[in-house]
Amino acid sequence: MTVAAFSFYLFALCVLAGGLFTVISRNPVHSVLWLILSFLSAAGLFVLLGAEFVAMLLVIVYVGAVAVLFLFVVMMLDVDFAELKAEMAKYMPLALLIGVILLMQFGLAFGSWTEAETAKAARLAVAPTDVQNTAALGLLIYEQYFLVFQLAGMVLLVAMIGAIVLTLRHRPNVKRQNVLHQMWRDPAKAMELKDVKPGQGL
Amino acid sequence: MLQADLNVILPEIVLAIYAMLALVGAVYTGKDKLTAPLTWATAAVFVLLGLWIAGRDVADLAFGGSFHADGFAKFAKVAVLFSAAAVLVMGQDYLARRKVTNFEYPVLVALSVLGMMVMVSAGDLIVLYMGLELMSLALYVVASMRRDSIKSTESGLKYFVLGSLSSGMLLYGASLVYGFSGTTLFSGIIQAAEDGRAPLGLLFGVVFMIAGMSFKVSAVPFHMWTPDVYEGAPTPITAFFATAPKVAAMALFARVTHSAFGGIVADWQQIIALIAVLSMFLGSIAAIGQTNIKRLMAYSSITHMGFALMGLAAGTAFGVQAMLIYMAIYVVMNIGVFAFILTMERDGQPVTDIAALKMYSTAYPGRALALLILMFSLAGVPPLVGFFGKFYVLRAAYDAGLIWLAVLGVVASVIGAFYYLRIVYFMYFGEAEEPLDKPKGAILWGFLMASAAIMLLGVVNLFGIEGMAQAASLALVN
Repeated sequence: MTVAAFSFYLFALCVLAGGLFTVISRNPVHSVLWLILSFLSAAGLFVLLGAEFVAMLLVIVYVGAVAVLFLFVVMMLDVDFAELKAEMAKYMPLALLIGVILLMQFGLAFGSWTEAETAKAARLAVAPTDVQNTAALGLLIYEQYFLVFQLAGMVLLVAMIGAIVLTLRHRPNVKRQNVLHQMWRDPAKAMELKDVKPGQGL
Repeated sequence: MLQADLNVILPEIVLAIYAMLALVGAVYTGKDKLTAPLTWATAAVFVLLGLWIAGRDVADLAFGGSFHADGFAKFAKVAVLFSAAAVLVMGQDYLARRKVTNFEYPVLVALSVLGMMVMVSAGDLIVLYMGLELMSLALYVVASMRRDSIKSTESGLKYFVLGSLSSGMLLYGASLVYGFSGTTLFSGIIQAAEDGRAPLGLLFGVVFMIAGMSFKVSAVPFHMWTPDVYEGAPTPITAFFATAPKVAAMALFARVTHSAFGGIVADWQQIIALIAVLSMFLGSIAAIGQTNIKRLMAYSSITHMGFALMGLAAGTAFGVQAMLIYMAIYVVMNIGVFAFILTMERDGQPVTDIAALKMYSTAYPGRALALLILMFSLAGVPPLVGFFGKFYVLRAAYDAGLIWLAVLGVVASVIGAFYYLRIVYFMYFGEAEEPLDKPKGAILWGFLMASAAIMLLGVVNLFGIEGMAQAASLALVN
């Protein structure tokens, strides 16, 4: 067995084990850790395929940001996971149905999938040759799919506006810090000296 | 290369830049105080863009075929822009009096219209999805704009959840289509599937894509969201939902079926014919029991989408032409009817119960007459323009050999006539209850009267829309 084949089986095993234990481990923090293992192994698989840029993206975005966010959510929020698990039995029929549909899709894809004669050539025609895959991705995003890339930006802009419109409330009577106002405060205006006579009080 | 491509999408770029400038400008200056001027400015930009696009002569294709700027896109874009402008102007006063004064409203409408312009021009599955999502996301937000009202938030949430489900179906279908053809370009897909019958995998993809798009045009069996969203959203926003997005989604439907799946017409024809029949009948029958005029208009739009799909089901250039004419007439009628609904108030509160219209004709004979014309036109009563819309789609179905479909269409339109005539009955007969307030707003009056006048005067030559629709349909189907 070559090193590449050995690492493939190792990473593949880790992805599967990670996925399985994400679902079945009792402690949610452990679940997230297993999920991270699964992401890292998937990144390893991408490196084996020669797609090192995608592998780095997976590590940076999914492990670095998404999984850590999950971890924070799991640890900070008071979610009763035992109760959630108990409710899972209720959705079992639906889950089984989706499972059957997925199996049927695999059956369709591997059993009787026919593709057009032009399909293979069309698929290969997209990728630029003679460049590294990072450069190839850049060429695709900024040249061929320039329009789509910019439109994705507009979609994100709408999402941002929507989130603000639906949640931002301008509450009156909220005290906000005004640094200049603080700096311009004058002891003469802010303080008042009173001469308290002995035995009288204020 | 890029320069030429950018020149083709110049109107879209202008609209995007306008939306961003309006957003930033309003955030840093007057905020909600600028809502009224921004609404007017956005409507003006829509009208100017519409005129510019109508007179523009550019290359048909851009970005390697993923963007079409042909005659079909032009027709759909002009219809979308003008109807969106009309609805913005109509609803401005209503929203201001209901304290829905977010300056983001016109900005979101502009972005949503940008999405519509992109999706009617789509020549690629990815561009199609981006345009569709840009439109839908903005619509979800404006549906729940009145966030203090339970109904408005409910309608927004419902729309969002079901809309994302339909987007998922569309994407799943698109992935199967890609799996078959190996390309996301429509020009590549039509080359891969040109021999008349689709293999199983491609057929699955086509069915899922049609399901996703049927949701956007609210055709049965993907219509469930429509009555609730129409009822819950503020009325001007409902008017927006009923016009521009419907035109854009219908144009997208025609674009996908003809320019991507034009080689396998027989396969999607039967699906669309079935959806059309179900929509016509369900819309007509379910509307009979409605007492809320907004829900009634929702079912009415389901019926009308069924008729428009009938034109598409013909699978011919004439069918597309009939569909475009139908949609143009539908939009004008809906603008008129919503201009009327926006004036229905009692003690300053909006009323949506149709029983409130009893004996409306004695108090306001002019308005009652205008609504009568619009209702007759919606029902498809012969001398009015609405009849010609139905006549065109029926003829398209008949010419394509779908005689059963045309017969069922006639039956459904007879059933549907009942609830339109009931509104007319309430206005002229019946016993008066507490009267409605005096209608406000010269703009709304103008839109109502203009729409009714178009329904009467258009009989002469349909304002020449036949020729334009024919040119548009020939650009799409060849």
